Amino acid sequence: MQKARAKDYIIFIIMLILSIIFLSPIFIVLLNSFKGKFFISDTPFQLPNGSTSVGLENYTGGVAKTDFFSAFGMSVFITVFSVAVIVLLTAMTAWYITRVKGKFSSIIYYAFVFSMIVPFQMVMFTMTKTANMLHLDNPIGIIFIYLGFGAGLSVFLFSGFVKSIPLEVEEAVMIDGCGPVQAFFKVVFPILKPIAITVAILNVMWIWNDYLLPKLVIGTEYQTIPLAIQYLKGGYGSIDMGAMMAMLVLAIVPIIIFYLFCQKYIIEGVVAGAVKG
Amino acid sequence: MQKSIKKYFALFALPTILAFLVIFVIPFILGIYLSFTKFTTVNDATWVGFRNYVKAFSNKEFLNALWFTVKFTVVSVISINVLAFLLGLLLTRGKKGTNLFRTIFFMPNLIGGIVLGYIWQLIINGVLIHYDLTMTSNANYGFWGLVILMNWQLIGYMMIIYIAGIQNVPKDLMEAAQIDGANRFRILRSVTLPMVMPSITICLFLSLSNSFKLFDQNLALTAGAPAKQTTMLALDIYNTFYGRVGWEGVGQAKATVFFVLVALIALVQLVITRRKEVEN
Repeated sequence: MQKARAKDYIIFIIMLILSIIFLSPIFIVLLNSFKGKFFISDTPFQLPNGSTSVGLENYTGGVAKTDFFSAFGMSVFITVFSVAVIVLLTAMTAWYITRVKGKFSSIIYYAFVFSMIVPFQMVMFTMTKTANMLHLDNPIGIIFIYLGFGAGLSVFLFSGFVKSIPLEVEEAVMIDGCGPVQAFFKVVFPILKPIAITVAILNVMWIWNDYLLPKLVIGTEYQTIPLAIQYLKGGYGSIDMGAMMAMLVLAIVPIIIFYLFCQKYIIEGVVAGAVKG
Repeated sequence: MQKSIKKYFALFALPTILAFLVIFVIPFILGIYLSFTKFTTVNDATWVGFRNYVKAFSNKEFLNALWFTVKFTVVSVISINVLAFLLGLLLTRGKKGTNLFRTIFFMPNLIGGIVLGYIWQLIINGVLIHYDLTMTSNANYGFWGLVILMNWQLIGYMMIIYIAGIQNVPKDLMEAAQIDGANRFRILRSVTLPMVMPSITICLFLSLSNSFKLFDQNLALTAGAPAKQTTMLALDIYNTFYGRVGWEGVGQAKATVFFVLVALIALVQLVITRRKEVEN
């Protein structure tokens, strides 16, 4: 018993040290966000002190330079609406192609599965041209684009779940006089809730952090957070390190808050997505 | 029931299928076609046969990117999975604070690639400055920088999948091995490892495809510097499309090759997983 306790203790200490090492990059960025821009590259591992500290100057400067709050608003807008649209519409599609059996449904299903293995670079250029042609190159149009790209994984995950729902449940409701629309929203969709959370979380993580797609489609007129940060780099390699540190902190904080609140769902959702995908 | 649902095709299935067709299917088919043509704006394409592919494979930057990507993927996949598995083992042994540690190790996975790239640029440059160097002095620094970054991002994620696998190993199997006189290492090798094989397959392929397709982190950490020596495939394709006028066709050919490679990886995974399922 004594021995087991000692072992527990040693593992705990090792884990504690590893956790501190794991978190240190974030703390180093946080500390540097309070230092003057010329002290950051030279002495990133020193605490800010009287002569190197600039208070919140990096934050105010960086926010003004990148127009951070409008980038933040844009990221929230695109993520929230794209994910809502994806969850609702792909759940409906998955239910339809699972329940209405036939050649058409299975072709569509395999096309969705196939799209999951195609890397973005393959369709990057042609998709951007198509989006421009159809005037989808704006914050509303990009929601439609995310629906097109997110459909593969989302329909696949929903379909797997729908197959496990016994038909009798839906049949019973429909015999009682409900149409398919009512049956779906009153009975099926609530049953889909666990997988809907997984689908939502996977899509939030993808769309919130996505850089290349918004850059190509709306990048000339609008900015999301990843675009605003990359924009700070400028064209000739001269980075305002102070503003950069402050913006990195502002980019990380919302993610950490979101993570701390929905931690259980996030970890479960990501693992469920990985195991089934 | 099928019939009554079928009437609602336009409501249930059409919007998603339409978006999927316009945003994925058509660009994908167009992309394959364009890889055999010379074009600058899609509308002015002229057929050139396999010339773009020949150009791609005789393009030094592409071959260099391919080699760099393969090297990076092999090193990252091995290091990520070994470390994640060890962490998983330790966390399933210990009792105190397990949840807290899981939460911490998983966190970097949520941070976007661009942000990750700039975080590690600061840290690695901060270390190298003591030797009057920067990350872009030598391609090796960029290589190892990317490996460290990728480890930081993915270890926690893989660790959680391993933990789930390890916790599913039946307790009585372990006890039986112990009674038979197996030592701890033997139990790990002959009981735990075979039992968590499904998790290992999942993690290997997840880290493999994530490393192989890396773009954001590469762009933010080194952007290919010095002299494009640390450019990975995805970034090289991007540069060919948008950095070199008249090379759009070659860019599309490179992208098609990239797609075929990624598809092959996925196919191998499918075959392996299927075979496992049959055995079970």
